[in-house]
Amino acid sequence: MDNKQQHATAYWKENIKYLVILLSIWFLVSFGCGILFREALNEFRLGGFKLGFWFAQQGSIYAFVILIIVYIRLMNKLDKKYGFDE
Amino acid sequence: MSVQFWTWLLVGLSFALYFGIAIWARAGSTKEFYVAGGGVSPLANGMATAADWMSAASFISMAGIISFAGYDGSVYLMGWTGGYVLLALLLAPYLRKFGKFTVPDFIGDRYYSNTARTVAVFCALIVSFTYVAGQMRGVGIVFSQFLQVDINLGVLIGMTVVLIFSLLGGMKGITYTQVAQYCVLIFAFMVPAFFISLQMTGNIIPQIGMGGKVEGGAFLLDKLDALHTQLGFNEYTSGTKSTWDVFAITLALMTGTAGLPHVIVRFFTVPKVKDARKSAGYALFLIAILYTTAPAISVFSRTNLIETVSEKEYSEIPQWFKNWEDTGLISWTDKNGDGKIQYVAGNALDGKKPVFTEERGTYGERMISNASVSQKNELYVDRDIMVLANPEIANLPNWVIGLVAAGGLAAALSTAAGLLLVISTSVSHDLIKKQWMPDISDKGELRAARIAIFVAILIAGYFGINPPGFVAAVVALAFGLAAASFFPAIILGIFDKRMNSKGAVSGMIVGIALMLFYMMKFKLDMFGGGTSEDWWFGTSPEGFGTIAMCVNIVISFVVSRVTAAPPQDVQDMVESIRIPSGAGEASDH
Repeated sequence: MDNKQQHATAYWKENIKYLVILLSIWFLVSFGCGILFREALNEFRLGGFKLGFWFAQQGSIYAFVILIIVYIRLMNKLDKKYGFDE
Repeated sequence: MSVQFWTWLLVGLSFALYFGIAIWARAGSTKEFYVAGGGVSPLANGMATAADWMSAASFISMAGIISFAGYDGSVYLMGWTGGYVLLALLLAPYLRKFGKFTVPDFIGDRYYSNTARTVAVFCALIVSFTYVAGQMRGVGIVFSQFLQVDINLGVLIGMTVVLIFSLLGGMKGITYTQVAQYCVLIFAFMVPAFFISLQMTGNIIPQIGMGGKVEGGAFLLDKLDALHTQLGFNEYTSGTKSTWDVFAITLALMTGTAGLPHVIVRFFTVPKVKDARKSAGYALFLIAILYTTAPAISVFSRTNLIETVSEKEYSEIPQWFKNWEDTGLISWTDKNGDGKIQYVAGNALDGKKPVFTEERGTYGERMISNASVSQKNELYVDRDIMVLANPEIANLPNWVIGLVAAGGLAAALSTAAGLLLVISTSVSHDLIKKQWMPDISDKGELRAARIAIFVAILIAGYFGINPPGFVAAVVALAFGLAAASFFPAIILGIFDKRMNSKGAVSGMIVGIALMLFYMMKFKLDMFGGGTSEDWWFGTSPEGFGTIAMCVNIVISFVVSRVTAAPPQDVQDMVESIRIPSGAGEASDH
């Protein structure tokens, strides 16, 4: 395996690691907090919101935006680290 | 100044702007026509994607649907935004690196098969046509409500406008028109929301006002829950759908969003892979502004509606109520003869829409012939008026009402234009150029694309004017179709190097066939039909895309493992799209 190929494999591995972490959070805030654990979370309140309801209608969307921003940052760094930057 | 005056003025000004941009950004080559020359900035692309994505349904209907569905409406909020996370993380960068024009292009090349390409074209056409027909109808409705023209004439005006700017500019013209349309639609959506939030909760930010307190010191949501329980509805914040169904619908909408061809092609228009990621981020941020405001509007307008009408004398009801009664979107029948409006749980009507007679009742209300005898509820309210009538309900100035009309049209037209472009590229590029006439010149292809747009718009307009019953049923299901067909094929194409053509093609065919079958059975009453008790695994047709998608993935996987691995050059291609550098070359054809 030449150097470039090695780089590419390592890059892809790290990329997948990021994806797994970010998509787990994605799943947790929407399907988790907003749907599956909603009833339990509704016991808690965030101001006028029941917490589960808040996650389903507002919170998960804020989390999605943050997730994409974090992803863009992480990937830009990763591109630089492995010299795949343009 | 009257509402009419402001509506004509604001709609006229926004249309003049779109035309100006279409002329300024004329497309000269097929590359400009398909992908706007590949030189759009990430911010502009994000705005265009957001406008492309937010349809008449997002602008006009979504807040209304949530307003009536309460917690159950969350499926749209999470589903339609969560899909962008999938799009940004799993699709956009890799498809940009691949650097061709269309989704069927990717599928055809990745699976080295014209069969796969044809199946993808077929799926793209079904998804786009069902979706665009609903948009044209939306245009007709907005025109007829606000400009007092016939719905059919409204559809014709909409067709002409979309035709002109998509024929002239192709993707380039559409991209920059959509940037303008985004600005118009978001402004039009936010202004009434600010006003109403301030009026009801004293907080100008609707997202915060939604969780705020109303006069008297109670939290708005608690008050609404109490009102709901009192009138016999389910608690607003609890909903009625089963947890599984909410789960399935949300997932189907998410993966469907990520698989919608008119959204995916947008990421081909930016210069670099880095920009594709960035523009997906911008797009979601810009969409989130509307999507976090919508549930707040739902809560405000729901509370407003109940407080305005419940147990009130019809003779003392505000004028907006009567205006919307005249357009047929509200109806009231005095079932118990007390002259007051009883708004409680249950259907006011037999059937879906009121059937008006020409007569007026004791109090001047419009009489209907299909009032339900068995139910106490006297009021029918069409969901679509929640956004459109909001400014009137809250007594906002006339220019705000005109602005909402301009915003609704911007939302419908931008989505229609994006879809028509996908239809025309699918025909001219993926069918004609890639399969039937590979030697066709650049000019010939461009001409074919323009003819295809023209034909597509005639078909879309026809369905807009004569909406067959199934269009309304199918629009919501376009996502299920996209989820069941494209999404797995694209994801597996990128993340599973061993996936081959036989696997992907059989997965796509089984997935879309299953979804179509389920839709026809439970939505159109074919193959014996069925009620919600007969649903497979308790899954509604809207959520069935999730199951069809899983079946697609399993079949793709199994078939690909028992057949030969894809050729080496395809495996190399998969390796190369995983790495961002060199996208510049890949996009030069």
